[in-house]
Amino acid sequence: MGDDEEVKVFGMWASPYSRRVELALKLKGIPYEYIEEDLSNKSALLIQHNPVHQKIPVLVHNGKSIPESLVILEYIDETWRNNPILLSQDPYDRAMARFWAKFIDEKILSTTRKVSFTTGKEQEHAIEEVTEQLKLLENEVKGKAYFGGEGIGYVDIVANFLVFWFGNLQEALGINIFSQHKFPFIFEWIQKQLKIDMVDECRIPKDKHLTYIQTRLAAFKSASK
Amino acid sequence: MAGELVLLDFWPSPFGMRSRIALAEKGIPYEYREEDLRNKSDLLLQMNPVHKKIPVLIHNGKPVCESVIQVQYIDEVWHDKAPLIPSDPYQRAVARFWVDFIDKKIYELGSKIWKTKGEEQANAKKEFIECLKLLEGELGDKTYFGGESLGYVDVALVPFYSWFYAYEKCGDFSIEAECPKMIAWVKRCMQKESVAKSLPDQEKVYEFILQLKKVFGIE
Repeated sequence: MGDDEEVKVFGMWASPYSRRVELALKLKGIPYEYIEEDLSNKSALLIQHNPVHQKIPVLVHNGKSIPESLVILEYIDETWRNNPILLSQDPYDRAMARFWAKFIDEKILSTTRKVSFTTGKEQEHAIEEVTEQLKLLENEVKGKAYFGGEGIGYVDIVANFLVFWFGNLQEALGINIFSQHKFPFIFEWIQKQLKIDMVDECRIPKDKHLTYIQTRLAAFKSASK
Repeated sequence: MAGELVLLDFWPSPFGMRSRIALAEKGIPYEYREEDLRNKSDLLLQMNPVHKKIPVLIHNGKPVCESVIQVQYIDEVWHDKAPLIPSDPYQRAVARFWVDFIDKKIYELGSKIWKTKGEEQANAKKEFIECLKLLEGELGDKTYFGGESLGYVDVALVPFYSWFYAYEKCGDFSIEAECPKMIAWVKRCMQKESVAKSLPDQEKVYEFILQLKKVFGIE
């Protein structure tokens, strides 16, 4: 990479979407400038780079803005063609990887939000739903070292939320959806992920995260009264 | 290279239409199979056990689910004919961003327009038009979102045109009045055989919506 390459990431330390972008850049060895956004007071620059959604993460490469984490991951893989190659060259394998990434974002993470922000029967139902969805993911990694097969890839990066974020969240909520006993294959995959330096570098600090979640939940509860 | 290609679909589905257009653009023969969504076939349930939804593209016995994934798959396998997705990584990212935007907004807002009334419907209409205006901005002065030829964003968006008449009747508004550039773009797309043959008649879709409203007990 030349000296004239400028890579910036607008992110938020507790966001799994933001962390996956940082992980991809670190795995590819791409230096970047990280800009921490205060989501309660978004910067003018963030809004300029993502006027449509005004959300993090946003990747800015030589002045070109790319929002949406899954779009960013494919852009990173296509722009920097060094190892690890995140998506296979085979069209069918790519389709399967995209399918599971979509499933994680549109189903698992979406249902997890329901678990966080509901109570009683509604929460119970959401917990059942996300457990079923995690079982499907468990099945995908069964017998494999990585979701992609041979080495860390696109789906492993998208599934990074399981390595730190999900465990912290369920502890803060006082629930037990995910355990080694219930999901032995995902648990095994997590242990392998933790051995990768760059994954560890994207660790969400636990105590800070627990406090953050509890503060958000308290704010949500008082706002909904 | 075509091998055996089957598309499990449902005629009014804008998602199914995307794959129909992509295959037609590339001139790829396939077997179209109509699914009765109240009585899903064993094949559908077997090929898409996770979501149990159409469309499903089955290529040599292997399923590809989710319309945006299918369009990308079709473009990658039959890459030498009528390319839909740009080759430049940044242009690809822009196209993917807008397809993601369409997926997050258009179907849901459109559904609210025909399913709801009063303030909820009014808000949905307002937001729907705002989204179309953003898309008009992205189109700019281009013939198609893809430039001089149909691209990924065109294929992802144009199927919703077949639902516009239904939205307009249910919502009592005119999309053309609010977004003339969008309708001008639609008309250019509809001149292409691949699009015209893949979209059902708007009146037929409206009748279908009226049936659905009866079934769901919506006035």
